[in-house]
Amino acid sequence: MSSKEAVDSVLVVNDLSVEFAGARGTVKALDGVGFSLEKGQVLGVIGESGSGKSVTMRAILRILPTKTTKISGQITVDGEDVLAMNEKQLARYRGRVASMIFQEPALSLDPVFTIGHQIAEAVMRHTGASRENARRRALEMLEKVKIPSAESRLRNYPHEMSGGMLQRAMIALALSCDPKVLLADEPTTALDATVQIQIILLLRQLQLEMQMATVFVTHDVGVAAEIADQIAVMYGGRIVEYGAVRDVLMNPQHPYTKGLLASTIHGSMAGTRINTIPGMPPDLNNMPDGCAFAPRCGHAHADCHAVSPKLKPLGNGRQVACVLDHPSLVVQP
Amino acid sequence: MNPVKEANRSNTPVLEVAGLSKKFRVPAAGIGQKPRVVHAVSDVSFRLAAGTTLGIVGESGCGKSTTARLIMGLIAPDAGDVLIRGDVMGRSAKGLKRLRRQVQMVFQDSSASLNPRLTIESSIIFGPVVHGVKQSEARARAHHLLDLVGLDPNLYAGRYPHELSGGQRQRVNIARALVLDPSIIIFDEAVSALDKSIEAQVLNLLIDLKSEFDLSYIFISHDLNVVQYISDDVLVMYLGEVIERGSTDLIYQGAGHPYTSALLASMPSPDPERRTLVAPVSGDPPNPIDLPTGCRFHPRCADVSEICSRLQPRMTQAGVSRSIACHMADRKSGHPKAGALGK
Repeated sequence: MSSKEAVDSVLVVNDLSVEFAGARGTVKALDGVGFSLEKGQVLGVIGESGSGKSVTMRAILRILPTKTTKISGQITVDGEDVLAMNEKQLARYRGRVASMIFQEPALSLDPVFTIGHQIAEAVMRHTGASRENARRRALEMLEKVKIPSAESRLRNYPHEMSGGMLQRAMIALALSCDPKVLLADEPTTALDATVQIQIILLLRQLQLEMQMATVFVTHDVGVAAEIADQIAVMYGGRIVEYGAVRDVLMNPQHPYTKGLLASTIHGSMAGTRINTIPGMPPDLNNMPDGCAFAPRCGHAHADCHAVSPKLKPLGNGRQVACVLDHPSLVVQP
Repeated sequence: MNPVKEANRSNTPVLEVAGLSKKFRVPAAGIGQKPRVVHAVSDVSFRLAAGTTLGIVGESGCGKSTTARLIMGLIAPDAGDVLIRGDVMGRSAKGLKRLRRQVQMVFQDSSASLNPRLTIESSIIFGPVVHGVKQSEARARAHHLLDLVGLDPNLYAGRYPHELSGGQRQRVNIARALVLDPSIIIFDEAVSALDKSIEAQVLNLLIDLKSEFDLSYIFISHDLNVVQYISDDVLVMYLGEVIERGSTDLIYQGAGHPYTSALLASMPSPDPERRTLVAPVSGDPPNPIDLPTGCRFHPRCADVSEICSRLQPRMTQAGVSRSIACHMADRKSGHPKAGALGK
């Protein structure tokens, strides 16, 4: 990584690995994940369940269970070493420097406190604001996320709000202390189609306004296309392809990305068979040697089963972890 | 091949639903308040032609799943009938048994729909044994079906549900639905919980099985891409009502009910260079307890007019294979844009 990149980047993840100790031995959930993100940029992380998307997010926020988890590598947020932080530093870091929104807003908010109370509490705790100022900030945030009649909504309990409104409230809470990094873990997956697009547009607008570095995890390629600047495709705990959203989605290079995009159902294919990736995502308890995708890959040969390919730069910030050559990729320097 | 199926290849729809309605009572919100009523499904009617797939789309609370459960007889309707090949099934134990021989269902949660204490084989043969098929015969059929859905019976028949992945469990559920040789299978969000690559594999399987067993499908999903891919006809529901129905091609062309258009325009664009710029409709779907008057969509509709809050629109024929319940589709409704839809 060049020094210029390190200076401009708000979030730098380098060679991040996470292992979980379980009853059946150690499971390697992340293996050498790295990326960096500048202010105001959105990284879309796509992949199937078990690919390591959520574990990456939880590692960045340091909310993985401490006793059973072994984290190695570096995570730097706004120049600070996240993995070296103690509990006190973490309490300041979470919510103030980096905050997270989850798939199920109903499970992430406390059912026994009002929305206004929960936002004001975070503001008071992180900024030392008075109760009155914190409440004013809560109101301002609810207006910012376009909750109608925000004043009266401050007094609502989570169960009194619909799913879309709750997700807006969750976003208001996450952004109330002007975080540098926003971690969004499938924030629109549980929402209805007409509400999902509203939330995507809202996040896009707030992103422009507040200039957070955002990591947006989704399994839906369409959602990633709507919001991301960069895309990281994950498989079996590794990033297998990385690049600008247009390059990755329009001109995928890794056989897994190609398969994933081909098996995403588009209207034009009605009636024909879908090109599928055979087999199943790998079992983290029982990872194959070499490339994790090799057992499902149509192009696999002996090398693929022997060594696990590293991400190779292809120019333009594009990286692919595959031993195959990529003649279809035209790179302008 | 089932001789009953062969004999009934006529113009009678394999399934007809007529005026199905269901309300649920929910306890009062507080002391001194009245119990409330959820209008889950209101006057839903449709026909399923033999050998076709009918997709049902809509947002949460629109009554998709309640409709499926009413058809299966898992809950009793307040009004309306379910007809199989023109035959009213009725609600007696005998009627239900007859119905379930013909109609089977696959649910979203593949693990909750299998008994964790039964092996895969025992789960599959449970139905046929209840219906009087000999144990040995049922077992042979179960093995044959496991093979067909892509699970080697020698490896999987004796396993328990927790030993299988989500995609494999859903294949077991499909095999179980097929074992009674039904004519109709209802899929209620059956592929929604699966990873994309597995979802595609299961969809391919469903298409193969449909022609192999001469089946008709009802396919319920919130995923508009999947419904477009698999369905011949589509039913669009909103707050318990059918607001549009027609051939998949016509429905997906748009220009129908304003809600259908909004729903289609809400699909994320797969092209990062053509992103969605404006949300097609604002707000959340309302609660089916406090229903809006007149047209149930009018509070969120861009083309709302005075008549919309006053009068419920009729289902109006708009072209050969499409009906729309909107005042704009009805020439004589008095809406300023009356007759503008479905030309």
